[in-house]
Amino acid sequence: MSAADWPDRLFATLKRADVRQVGYVPDAGHSRLIERCRADADIRDVVLTTEEEGVALCAGAWLGGQRAALLMQSSGVGNCINMFSLARSCRFPLLMFITMRGEWEEFNPWQVPMGSIVDPVLKLCDAEVYRATEPDEVERAAERAVQTVFGDERIAAVLLSQQLIGKKVWIK
Amino acid sequence: MSGPKLERRAAMATLLADRGDLLVVPGLGSTTWDLAAAGDDPRNFYLWGAMGGAAMVGLGLALAQTSRRVAVITGDGEMLMGLGSLAPIGIQRPPNLAVIVFDNGVYGETGMQPSHTQSGVDLMAVAAGCGIAQCLDVRDQAALTDLSARIKNYTETLFARVLIAPEEPPRVLPLRDGAELKNRFRAALGLKA
Repeated sequence: MSAADWPDRLFATLKRADVRQVGYVPDAGHSRLIERCRADADIRDVVLTTEEEGVALCAGAWLGGQRAALLMQSSGVGNCINMFSLARSCRFPLLMFITMRGEWEEFNPWQVPMGSIVDPVLKLCDAEVYRATEPDEVERAAERAVQTVFGDERIAAVLLSQQLIGKKVWIK
Repeated sequence: MSGPKLERRAAMATLLADRGDLLVVPGLGSTTWDLAAAGDDPRNFYLWGAMGGAAMVGLGLALAQTSRRVAVITGDGEMLMGLGSLAPIGIQRPPNLAVIVFDNGVYGETGMQPSHTQSGVDLMAVAAGCGIAQCLDVRDQAALTDLSARIKNYTETLFARVLIAPEEPPRVLPLRDGAELKNRFRAALGLKA
């Protein structure tokens, strides 16, 4: 596999973990992973209007015996904060993959306020946070998150750095 | 509209009569107390928080448990906070999900302040606009009895607005421990707690 195949390795991790529902708000950094999930007959892809819907979706999936994952951009973490109470209060497994904005060659300064506090906010919400900056770190971080989430019934997030994803092209 | 509005506790009891294997997710606040008053059951997943999340918990559950019917029974205020969730539900349309809103036009838990539905926001129109074909307007006992029968045998995503009276019956508080609620629910489905 080449360095650019990290979304495929992430997808392979989701398949190995038997994730059956994937909630997401459309995101450029996650586009390849979303495409793979949409094309998979055994994964129900659920496009959300806001990220906290996904926190509740993942809880419902677990109540019904399925594993779920939630994909979002860093700005979505702020939308989820109160809904994380559901996962914490009930010890629902909650697996998140978060593409980072506002931290590396960011053109849009409005991405910085939320992007810069994702890590501490998640930790305040009792989430385990793993970060991948290089392509070869993605799979290991994802596997650790899967173990934390479904092994220990915890919240965990893998932060996919903006350096990994590459900068957004503003003028084509 | 004719006649008195439906009483919420009686409405919940009517809906859950002979519930069979129905799985029920109420919303934060009055519908959780109503469900507890109708009789505790491990297949009730009471919400003591997560306002705006009831319908999406129901969606995840319905997608995972395709052989059982799920009824989300929530209030107008709780539904309004998660109004956007009717969009993903309208796309997914699981045939085993019913979303029922007890609409009394007020935020009962916080002092009966008027909700948006009292001033013209139409939850039925929102649900229909999101692509849910079966939207029922329940205003009297006959329509409620019909809904009670339907939620045990429906075969496509269902939305119902039940117009209820703005009253505050005494609170009936169910189990509060979230982990225990989750574990006993899963155990009732034969899943590992």
